[in-house]
Amino acid sequence: MRFYVIVVLLCCSIPLFSQDCDYTLSGTVVDMHDGSLLPGATLIVAGTEQVVQTDLEGKYTLPNVCEGTFSIQVSHPYCLTKGYTVTIAGNTTKTFRLEHHVEELNQVIVEGKAYGNKTKTVYESALSEDELERFSSRSLGDALNSLSGVSSLNTGNTVVKPLVNGLHSSRVVIINNGVRMEDQEWGAEHAPNVDINTAGNVILIKGAGALQYGGDAVGGTVVAEAAKVPVKDSLYGKTLATAASNGRGATVTSQLTKSYQSGWYASVQGTLKRFGDFEAPDYILSNTGTFERNASLRIGLNRFNYGLEGYYSIFKNEIGILRASHLGGAQDQVRAINGQRPLIIRDFTYTIAAPKQDVTHHLARLKVFKRFEGLGRLSLQYDFQRNNRLEFDIRRGDDADKASLDLDLETHTLMLDLDGGLFDDGNFKVGLLGRYQNNFADPDTGVRRLIPDYDKYDLGVYGIVDYRPNDQWLLEAGGRFDYNRLEAFKYYRTSFWESRGYDTLFPEIVVERLNNQVLTRPRLSFYNPSATVGATYSFAQAYKVFFNYALTSRAPNPSELFSEGLHHSASRIEWGDLRFDPEVGHRLALTLQRENKGFGFSINPYINTIGGFMVIEPTEVQQTVRGNFQLWEYRQTDAQLIGVDIDASVALGSDFRFNHQFSMVKGYDRTRDEPLINMPPVSTKNELVYENRKLNNLRLAVQSEYVFRQNEFPDTNFEVFIAETQTTEIVDVSTPPDAYHLLGLNSNIDVGLGAHSKLTFGVTVSNLLNTKYRNYLNRLRYYADDLGRNFLITIKMNY
Amino acid sequence: MKNLKFLSIACIAGLLFVACSNDDNGTPPPVNEEEVITTMTVTLTPDGGGTAITLQTRDLDGDGPNAPEITVSGNLSAGMVYDGSIELLNETESPAENITTEVEEESLEHQFFYTVSTGLDVTTDYENFDGDDNPLGTEFTLTAGAVSSGTLTFTLRHEPTKPNTGLDDAGGETDFTSTFAIAVQ
Repeated sequence: MRFYVIVVLLCCSIPLFSQDCDYTLSGTVVDMHDGSLLPGATLIVAGTEQVVQTDLEGKYTLPNVCEGTFSIQVSHPYCLTKGYTVTIAGNTTKTFRLEHHVEELNQVIVEGKAYGNKTKTVYESALSEDELERFSSRSLGDALNSLSGVSSLNTGNTVVKPLVNGLHSSRVVIINNGVRMEDQEWGAEHAPNVDINTAGNVILIKGAGALQYGGDAVGGTVVAEAAKVPVKDSLYGKTLATAASNGRGATVTSQLTKSYQSGWYASVQGTLKRFGDFEAPDYILSNTGTFERNASLRIGLNRFNYGLEGYYSIFKNEIGILRASHLGGAQDQVRAINGQRPLIIRDFTYTIAAPKQDVTHHLARLKVFKRFEGLGRLSLQYDFQRNNRLEFDIRRGDDADKASLDLDLETHTLMLDLDGGLFDDGNFKVGLLGRYQNNFADPDTGVRRLIPDYDKYDLGVYGIVDYRPNDQWLLEAGGRFDYNRLEAFKYYRTSFWESRGYDTLFPEIVVERLNNQVLTRPRLSFYNPSATVGATYSFAQAYKVFFNYALTSRAPNPSELFSEGLHHSASRIEWGDLRFDPEVGHRLALTLQRENKGFGFSINPYINTIGGFMVIEPTEVQQTVRGNFQLWEYRQTDAQLIGVDIDASVALGSDFRFNHQFSMVKGYDRTRDEPLINMPPVSTKNELVYENRKLNNLRLAVQSEYVFRQNEFPDTNFEVFIAETQTTEIVDVSTPPDAYHLLGLNSNIDVGLGAHSKLTFGVTVSNLLNTKYRNYLNRLRYYADDLGRNFLITIKMNY
Repeated sequence: MKNLKFLSIACIAGLLFVACSNDDNGTPPPVNEEEVITTMTVTLTPDGGGTAITLQTRDLDGDGPNAPEITVSGNLSAGMVYDGSIELLNETESPAENITTEVEEESLEHQFFYTVSTGLDVTTDYENFDGDDNPLGTEFTLTAGAVSSGTLTFTLRHEPTKPNTGLDDAGGETDFTSTFAIAVQ
């Protein structure tokens, strides 16, 4: 290819008269995508055959250039070679932008990043493909949990919801292959419907710095992207199989990619994951199996100036919920909490019975882009998502096999984005978004709708600019405005409608009064401005300081607005509030980073002040015929989260490395002056890694995770009368469990299989000492211990 | 110019797409909870004849804000033996659905428990059983002893461990529970 380019350039170039030949052409060669500097790029001047390479900072200087017009060929090992025409009339500075591709095959070791930055002034953490593969048999939430500042809100061990700097659910936006996940993410027991095996890398942006994805990410944004397909003729793939002792199950995932020099490519991928009941150190966690089936297909054309891509994925997951967590009421809860062991322990089985969740998520995306000279890259994307969520409770009679919750959420989104360079030192991004969403709650469940039928319309517009006045400073500013409209049909219980005073507040939305229910038609509009400003300052070669302020506003979600009834999986009654306004957050973040192979670190303190923070917490105990239930009401308050995340990595000799992580967050309700519920306790992770490239890429790692006890929590205990003992007992739902320490081992080694294939074997042990522990952020911590020891064997084949 | 055209077409397409609202769909039907138990009526009929005593718990809004209404029609007579029967209804439906039938059909998965407070001199015995001859308890006998007062609690457990020695080791989950203030005269 390079040869042809040279030939073409040679033919095209017209050597001009040599008059003044003492000019200098200088500048930099950068990656077209993210502006990162490309060292080692080669520039050849056609005609004079002058050759020069860029230095470590991507800079080049061509001395003694004559006046006139020249063809210059710029090439780089990981880029498509390109020809440029340059006119010289005096000393000239010119920046060349190359399309940066990653060589992913045959173990070419790529030093540096294989993805572009999403923001310029927010420190981003990332998980590479290697790291993600270690979580192949687990979930996106588990993988994110390995980053500092991220914990997870769990329901048992299979529903893992990322918690970023103390915030979760609607406050954490998940972008899967360029599509914002609309998968009923509001529920604390709804895990993201993303197959971790489809991701080539995952980037975490804490806070709302990435306005192109939405202005409501009060907690953060998680961006999962597929691996880039190189523009060359190739056929490659990988298969990864993991077998685990705990849960006695396995995961197999496979993908195959075909690419062409012409830019066309196609990729298919599939994952099958099957686990039976998991085990705590002392007993089986009955009904905690999972059965996950995913597949995806990607076809596209990637040219320098234009491209298109079609993507479709299906995610289907059946998840058992610990049988012993399904309770009748507060009296049952007392028994469960006071008992040291779960009330129901059965023999191991692969069968998943009620209570369980069965979720299917379809995602289809069509994207086209075109690069316009002098304007930038314009892309248009349409995506469609359909999420069907079935939840099965323990039921009686004819309803025993019928779902208690059957929600269909359909979302159509159209996005238009323009990403361009303002001048040599600046870039901008602008975009428009339109979205329509429909939720349908199937009435055949025989259970009142937890989330009502609704239609939702969103319109958004944003703009972000960044400017690099010199090599040390980078400034960024952006703004976004979103309009949301929600039109619902909601049946309220007459008793609730009146006790809340809605009958006098909203008489105009009543459509019909029935026997003991009221049909209403709420039509709500929300206006959400958001903005970000930030700066990055680089100094002393390896150091960088990031400063960022972000304003976010998030409209209340359907759960916060409309909840009204018993939430079985949480064993509590939940009430939303129709009167809510959007919550508005102000987040200040500062990061000091040192990038160095020998000793690197980042320190990231932040403060997040959120007005109108929607929090759900217990208010009273309500009597029902099933016993007493705790009533949890949503309310708005002023919250503040202050924390710090620290990462550090130090090389010990040539083969050893020590990695350290520390995360702390304190959350307070400033109105009531008490701690916020469910804040992650302080935790620290330490890892010693031995890696030897010469010894078949042998990698051995010992990991330690210490989680402190959460000492700051609101007291939400309540009292309940127990008929059997004729006593009143305290239901202790607020005291956090003790601190715990977990040890883990991780190892893998490569075995070559000829020039184009290789095998990697891995052995992992988690919870090595079979420690009994309970996690404050696991919603089922009252009922059972967390997972015991787990041996995993992984075989990966690249071909 | 070409760029501008493309941009504007895309924008218009986007707006059109977002603007198509569907106003033609009708209102969704209401959902009446199918397996809610709103009412439990315990009828205690004196063995030798006489006026039956009824104990009733009624909560028409289920897990809504209103608390259950509890009524006791009269006091028990000392030394008297009563035939007890329990009726469970879902009164959110019309006509009311009899849940006792369902419980009796799934007798293996259900059991009633009677809890007598320490002060009250009353004993109970199961009168109906499941397919494995373990107690079900929608029918029972109640023997009133000496003059006393206290509380009597009825608890229906779903999927309890059977056989069991009482509520403590029965497990399962509570489908219904209600406590009545009782006096023996």
